[in-house]
Amino acid sequence: MEIEQERHVLVIFPHPDDEAFGVSGTIAVHTARETPVTYACLTLGEMGRNLGNPPFATRESLPDIRKAELKNAAEAIGIQDLRMMGLRDKTLEFEDDQKMMDLVTDLINELNPSLIITFYPGYSVHPDHEATARAVVRAVRAIEPDKRPKLHCVAFANNTLNEIGAADITYDIRHVYDQKMAAMKAHISQTIWMLKELESGVAQEGSDLHDRFNYEHFWTYKFDENDKVSEIK
Amino acid sequence: MEPILPEKVQELIDRFAGEEIYLHLETTNGAYASHFNEKFFSAGAYIRNAKLTYEHGKIVGDGPYRVGLKLEIGWVYAEGLTHYGFDEDGRLLMAGHDFDGKLAVALQMGKTPFK
Repeated sequence: MEIEQERHVLVIFPHPDDEAFGVSGTIAVHTARETPVTYACLTLGEMGRNLGNPPFATRESLPDIRKAELKNAAEAIGIQDLRMMGLRDKTLEFEDDQKMMDLVTDLINELNPSLIITFYPGYSVHPDHEATARAVVRAVRAIEPDKRPKLHCVAFANNTLNEIGAADITYDIRHVYDQKMAAMKAHISQTIWMLKELESGVAQEGSDLHDRFNYEHFWTYKFDENDKVSEIK
Repeated sequence: MEPILPEKVQELIDRFAGEEIYLHLETTNGAYASHFNEKFFSAGAYIRNAKLTYEHGKIVGDGPYRVGLKLEIGWVYAEGLTHYGFDEDGRLLMAGHDFDGKLAVALQMGKTPFK
């Protein structure tokens, strides 16, 4: 499947490294075409647990480490507009829902993206992923249907396939493998354990890791009866 | 962060006793525990910049260690602590790192709020 030419791509995820795992190959394709890509990263992953034993970081030093990693990862895949939105890891679902939606609406109004990439609500496991996805869906839903940007979502909950089926979009990203690997390596505090496994994993045809570094999958969000995101109370 | 030396940590706990402090306490099994193992019951708790004063505190155990702080009308405690250190502003950081190097518990205190 070919990646379409976009006017502006807006990527919204809560944690530094969310972009690397799921969508860094796709982003690298857009930036190589000089399509503007904005990445709004909502937190600095302050609650990351991989601090090492012996520890290489503390609860208090981790945010600065992850901020530097995020900048390096963005550079590796050619993102020139990186926005760090200043929210706190693991608190997004407790934030004011209207404030979360407004944050997304403001970005859309400013950037007029033709495509937004985020998580799929209900199928993205981490409470911050879910809160981010809900905010994006609400903000896009409030736009008149013919003016809405496309919404491509990442889903990885165990019940995804059973409930919403396979991704309708799969991109072969093998030609930007090096950039995806560079983005993963930039987040070394989060990925070191995985990267050790990876060297052998990628070679194994059919393994999850092999798939992850060769293809990226998206579910197009549809504002029909499958849209389960509630209105803000 | 260094492996906990109980005598050293006890001294530090004594130093903060009776003073108004800002406290960070967290336990976590990670947000993905139930994703990787659907039979895992995920639980955790978090409090940041709680302002309190403790009368006295103690570190006990043979490692991993437990720390308890007695308040005027209550308690704070954490178990599973393995490492201690300081941040750039001299706040006392204690943490429990599991066998894979993942943080499982943190207890931190200082005279100024955490960021």
